[in-house]
Amino acid sequence: MAHATQPSAAMQTVLGMLSLPRQWRLGAGPLIAAVVLFSIVLSALLAPLYVPYDPMQMGSLNRLQPSSAEHLLGTDQYGRDLFSRIMTGGRVSLLIGVGAALFSVVVGMIIGLVSGFFRAADAVIMRIMDSLMAIPAILLAIALVALSGPSVWSVIVAITIPEVPRVVRLVRSVVLGAREEPYVEAAIALGSSMPKILWQHLMPNTVPAMIVQGTYICASAILTEAILSFLGAGVSTDIPTWGNIMAEGRTYFQVKPGLIFWTGAILSLCILSINLLGDAARDMLDPRLKKREA
Amino acid sequence: MMRFKNNDKSSAKEVLDIRHLSVRLSGEEDPGSLVLDDISLQVHEGETVSLVGESGSGKSVTSLAVMGLLPKGALEVSGGEIDMDGESLLTLTPSQMRRLRGQRMAMIFQEPMTALNPVMRVGDQIAEVLQTHRELSKRDCRDRVLDVMQQVYLPDVARIYGSYPHQLSGGQRQRIMIAMALALEPKLLIADEPTTALDVTTQAQILSLIAELQERHGTAVLFITHDMGVVAEVSHAVHVMKHGKIVEHAPVETLFRHPSDEYTKRLLSSVPSLVPRGARSQDSTQPVLEVSDMQKVYSGGGFFLRKPGTHAARDINFTVKRGQTLGIVGESGSGKTTVARSIMRLVDPTSGSIRVAGKEVATLSRRALRPHRKHFQVVFQDPFRSLNPRWTVGRSLVEGPVNFGTPRHEAYERALEMMELVDLPGDALERYPHQFSGGQRQRIAIARAVMMRPDLLVADEAVSALDVSVQAQVLDLLDEVQARLGIAILFITHDLRVAAQICDEVIVMQHGVIVEYGSAREVLSNPRHEYTRMLIDAAPGREWDFANCCELLSA
Repeated sequence: MAHATQPSAAMQTVLGMLSLPRQWRLGAGPLIAAVVLFSIVLSALLAPLYVPYDPMQMGSLNRLQPSSAEHLLGTDQYGRDLFSRIMTGGRVSLLIGVGAALFSVVVGMIIGLVSGFFRAADAVIMRIMDSLMAIPAILLAIALVALSGPSVWSVIVAITIPEVPRVVRLVRSVVLGAREEPYVEAAIALGSSMPKILWQHLMPNTVPAMIVQGTYICASAILTEAILSFLGAGVSTDIPTWGNIMAEGRTYFQVKPGLIFWTGAILSLCILSINLLGDAARDMLDPRLKKREA
Repeated sequence: MMRFKNNDKSSAKEVLDIRHLSVRLSGEEDPGSLVLDDISLQVHEGETVSLVGESGSGKSVTSLAVMGLLPKGALEVSGGEIDMDGESLLTLTPSQMRRLRGQRMAMIFQEPMTALNPVMRVGDQIAEVLQTHRELSKRDCRDRVLDVMQQVYLPDVARIYGSYPHQLSGGQRQRIMIAMALALEPKLLIADEPTTALDVTTQAQILSLIAELQERHGTAVLFITHDMGVVAEVSHAVHVMKHGKIVEHAPVETLFRHPSDEYTKRLLSSVPSLVPRGARSQDSTQPVLEVSDMQKVYSGGGFFLRKPGTHAARDINFTVKRGQTLGIVGESGSGKTTVARSIMRLVDPTSGSIRVAGKEVATLSRRALRPHRKHFQVVFQDPFRSLNPRWTVGRSLVEGPVNFGTPRHEAYERALEMMELVDLPGDALERYPHQFSGGQRQRIAIARAVMMRPDLLVADEAVSALDVSVQAQVLDLLDEVQARLGIAILFITHDLRVAAQICDEVIVMQHGVIVEYGSAREVLSNPRHEYTRMLIDAAPGREWDFANCCELLSA
């Protein structure tokens, strides 16, 4: 494992110059992922400052243009500049992805910890979770949006609710295994309080699973947002998001594949980096996987 | 009178011949880091050769090398020869090797629960071995399986044929393993700690079964164990291993009477003696733990009708005084661990009273109990699981005192003192559990318990997972802690030798009841209950005083 992620000589020099403490040094893969993700996030955040066109500005004369000096990635079916739209669209997509992942992990973890540790609470909580899972995500989202009006926040909530039961099940299964460990019993014998045992002894066991699940939710939320927008239940279709751009571009795939290709590429790149970083973080948080220091 | 197997087998036909075998980590060129270094040993027809050594000495690697089962990409043979019946095993192709395994050599593993397939009937598992190597009709195959099952003295073979592993006892499962190994009457049997996971009485039965089958078929047995008592019972010749080398080999009686190597001597001297230690002066009469009429019933479940529960412990009465050690011995399922866990309130006793340091704890709610928990602490069996792997040792150590309001820096200072007491360096506090050996971790676990300055320490099989030499050190540590701080210790163990070495008083439990309770000297040298006598009789090598290399002078 250590050999595969050993940074190259050049990278080592860079790392040496940064002189990070040893345990925070990353291998080449995660380091690249961090740089890529950081640039995507930064360029999405700062998009209004540098994009050449207003992402919503239509032009009937410029429909479906190929790449040119004027339009870096060409234009879409309404003549809007694709580059500007992708860069601006990242803001909403990333916000929804990260927001949904964070909310579902935090809420799911708290419920899962309680459910896994307390037998009495378990039966009740898990039945509620079962019934939540029975509600179709899209219908729930449409209902929520109809109640509260279309906004980024109602989309995040609508994506979070169906994800929570999945997180709860995962956390609960980890806790069910870990609470039988002698070190948890030792903590009880040492007089530790229940919240302390839950949070300090049991919660860290769920982190690896949460990182994997979180990155998955993040990715799937970005896609779910696209579906909702397409159905008219999400963010309005003229606000650019990665999902919106691809959903709209689908019709023109044969004429201009770049609409889906470039958006999909940056989306994949983004999700790949999140996953790589997630793996690296999981390894770093587990002292057993850390190489023994000389 | 100790009866060693002294009949010389070296004139019999050689079955296994290992010459100058070395095994290294794959790709490691440095000759200083060999896993096995220059191992030579011979096993003859009808002979049992033991390989003894502590964990990590290379016993199991030797057996895997013979079976051709070294993990690929991790370990490889780097020199030497392994011959079986004059045929070199190292030059065989994997498929030739596969034909050989089962047919001419077989292996019995330590843990019969994990070595058997849990979702397959045991009869079919034995049949599978036969069908892989022999052309047999279904009917013949079944008859043959029933026949070998009878040979290993399984009762009611027709029923057991159709049972799943979880429906059988540990001893029965090990018999199935032996039946599987012997189904094809192999020339060589490798037994890797075959009785370590079993109770003493079951162990005695399995050992005599292996001996009997060997007698009948003339099998050569390579016996791998860490238990000197078992070695004395079963072997003709003994090889002692340390760090991948054979440091001494000799016929069994010679080795036990006149060990020549320093390491062998040390190993033998750390085998705890069955003779109870001298009674200590009982200057204190202040009881720390009083248990009276305690019961624990596990309810039988059932959805509509309550099924009758299982009495895991019944009518438990005893007291432990300050500075004294009380041992509870018994086999698995005797209820000794239930008693320990009830006292720690990790399970709730069904009825009865438990008084720790004068306070009734059996009926307190968990929340009300918490302030009182500092008076009684526990050390568990498995040092690999009893410390949180994500926490530094220091953090684990200060957890308890901080819970009871000790300022963190003060607790840290106490932890530093404690490290000195358990003989670990002070910088150990900054490290993680996985950086320590099993014995060191167990000392950390003891330190964590003692940090609370408890009145009572419950040690639940606290030395059972450790090598004998480490076991001796941990027992010494417990003694020292007790002498210094006057803690009362409740010591749960299945090992009579350990109980003899550390306990002032002993309780013998069977089927959830106390069958005998008295001073260690009285119980172990003059047992009154039949079950106690059976336990003592089953202890392997009980007539031998390992530390002094002579027969034990029984009282």
